[in-house]
Amino acid sequence: MIPLKYTINSLKRRKLTTAITIVGVSLVAFVFTAVLMMAYGIEKTLQDTGSPDNIKVVRKSATGEISSLIDGDAQSIIATSNMIVKSKEGKPLVSNEPVVLINLTSEEGGTGNLMVRGVNETYKELRPQVKIVDGREFRFGVNELIVGEGLFKKFPDAALGKKIKFAGGDWLVVGVFSTDGSGFDSELWGDAKQILSSFNRGNTVSTMTIKLGSADQLDQFNKFLMKDTRLNMFEAKAEQQYYAEQSEAMSMFISIVGIFVTVIFSFGATIGATITMYSAVANRTVEIGTLRALGFSRRSILSAFLIESLFLSMLGGLLGLLLASSLSFVQISTLNFSSFSEIAFKFSLSPQIIISSLIFALFMGFIGGFLPSIRAARLNIVNALRGM
Amino acid sequence: MKILKIMFKNSMRHKLRTSLTILGISVAVIAFIVMRSIVSAWDVGVEAAAADRVIVRNSVSFIFPIPYAYKDKLEKIDGVKRVTWANWFGGVYKEKENFFGRLAVDHNTFLDVYPEFLITPDEKKMFMEDIQSCIIGEATANQFNIKKGDIVTLQGDIYPGNWDFKVAAVYKPRDKITDATGMYFRWDYLNERLEKESPDRANDAGWYVLQVNDPKQIAAISQKVDNYFKNSAAATKTESERAFNQGFISSSSAILTAMNVVSFVIIGIIMLVLGNTMIMSARERTREYSVLKTLGFSGKHLTGLILGESLLISLIGGTVGLLLGEMVVTGLGQVVPKTIFPLLEVTTLNTILAMVAALLTGFIASIFPIHKAVNTKIVDGFRFVG
Repeated sequence: MIPLKYTINSLKRRKLTTAITIVGVSLVAFVFTAVLMMAYGIEKTLQDTGSPDNIKVVRKSATGEISSLIDGDAQSIIATSNMIVKSKEGKPLVSNEPVVLINLTSEEGGTGNLMVRGVNETYKELRPQVKIVDGREFRFGVNELIVGEGLFKKFPDAALGKKIKFAGGDWLVVGVFSTDGSGFDSELWGDAKQILSSFNRGNTVSTMTIKLGSADQLDQFNKFLMKDTRLNMFEAKAEQQYYAEQSEAMSMFISIVGIFVTVIFSFGATIGATITMYSAVANRTVEIGTLRALGFSRRSILSAFLIESLFLSMLGGLLGLLLASSLSFVQISTLNFSSFSEIAFKFSLSPQIIISSLIFALFMGFIGGFLPSIRAARLNIVNALRGM
Repeated sequence: MKILKIMFKNSMRHKLRTSLTILGISVAVIAFIVMRSIVSAWDVGVEAAAADRVIVRNSVSFIFPIPYAYKDKLEKIDGVKRVTWANWFGGVYKEKENFFGRLAVDHNTFLDVYPEFLITPDEKKMFMEDIQSCIIGEATANQFNIKKGDIVTLQGDIYPGNWDFKVAAVYKPRDKITDATGMYFRWDYLNERLEKESPDRANDAGWYVLQVNDPKQIAAISQKVDNYFKNSAAATKTESERAFNQGFISSSSAILTAMNVVSFVIIGIIMLVLGNTMIMSARERTREYSVLKTLGFSGKHLTGLILGESLLISLIGGTVGLLLGEMVVTGLGQVVPKTIFPLLEVTTLNTILAMVAALLTGFIASIFPIHKAVNTKIVDGFRFVG
């Protein structure tokens, strides 16, 4: 084996070319990682939305919460199911939630579609993850709202103490709530009855959130809905599952466009690595001849050059990862195609993403270094020593 | 002339390296063109907006309706030629994944306000006579194999129930940027059924579209409309169709920004690949440059030599990339459903951008080697060992 020190010293001799190759690989690794982080960020945000033993009743044909409708009669029948957990006061843990979209102007001047969710008194027992981080809770019976912490930064009109005008009334923002980065953080919450009456919606809500004794009862609950002709147009889904499905379209789109682009990119970076390695071989023809004359086998030469290339790409991969990981502090928000409302999310990194980015970088180094290494190993000793 | 000859010969000395570099540049240009085309495809909606159309919607958000009663008042406003209206129907066609716009429109005025949807007079007659008829865009009709005379059944969500429509026409788009994916059926059919099934939701329009006599008056008319309904049950927000479509795009701005950033990172990568090649070439030729200098060639000649070679390589790479990129984009345009990207094509602007980017990289990539070649002392150059 040729010592590793030889490889590293060789790289040091051509600092500029080495640096350029590393930067090239790192840019590709950066974009690759950032794309995966973005797609994963959206998925994670929506997967974390909701609680494991909550279910959501929606109209079967509805593609999002805003296009789902459940009338008052159906709500009362559904609430009679004995599978529903009762609250301390003996009321079923059900929240009949109207969901509407309102337009607010964002910081940059664009318009955002914000989701306003009306909830029932049961909401704190149904969603224990909700914490008030600033201000206070909203009161029932008045036009008050609490705003998710993902929103109020981007939409100055929804900040604490501000009045939002919609449905013929002013709604005072009295608190900021957090659900630790879930999709709810991009919503505004208030009293369901207030919202229904100011929008003249009678008692027709969008969806129902229900707590079941155990998550296994979902199938049984769906059978209960199917059997009743007044209810068979509705279906129940696990709450988390429901929100995870809402992220599919977005994360698919980002992944497909992103992966497509990075594959093309990696082509460029691989070519960069190939050029570097070819010239490394060409410049060191005499050295290679000397090494062969000293008794190093063709295989040692091959592996030395491959290791050099892998080392380069590894450095590039690590640099790219480092750059990309600084993105995890960045929160961005965009329109979710599925729910048609604003969704705030962070770029998030997972162990899988780290591993796939490094493998991706090493793969570029391997492909880029392969042909040049073979050329190096094939050199004829006498010709190489003469520098031909 | 001699310099030009040396330039060509130089770039051909390492055929493999030069062709790899050209390949690298062209691949990056392909990526650049594809990204830019996707970003531009987003803007098609804005371009497709007609100058004489104004959208009136509920000020809270577009999901809230406006009373049908507003129609008469809107018609009386000065400068308004025609008033039409529509409701977003939503619903599901066979599978939830089958997405295309489904709207209830006023059959009497819709085709006049939207002249870009082309149907024959016979088809129009049928649309006028049969209350259950609809017209469907060519792209959607082809995708789902729907033909004139077929019955299309939608499962309603916003408007519950099963809804059957008879296809009166498959409309053709007038321009490339016209949306050919929509399905439009008669609003009176929707309203009639709502009056029977849920009377409190009947007699509402999703939004109004005003056709104005003079596009210059749009701002004044919008102001007038919004002031008129300011204190009504449904306050309105009125803006040109262009501004309305722009609003939709700005809501996905984060993703568009990301794609824009990425498309410029690509240029950075081309620069690195080409820069690497040029640095290596110049490095190998350090002694030659010294010979040239000894023979009396000035820094200017060396600059021309290196810059010329760099520009030559980037020009070839850029051209190859553009040609292939155009093919990739056209291919994508055929594969990707029209509902996602109505029009995917390489615009002149993007062609120019790509070429400028390629040449600019050629220029920048040569700066460092030129600097080095010009400033190396002749003696040092001769002593240089690769």
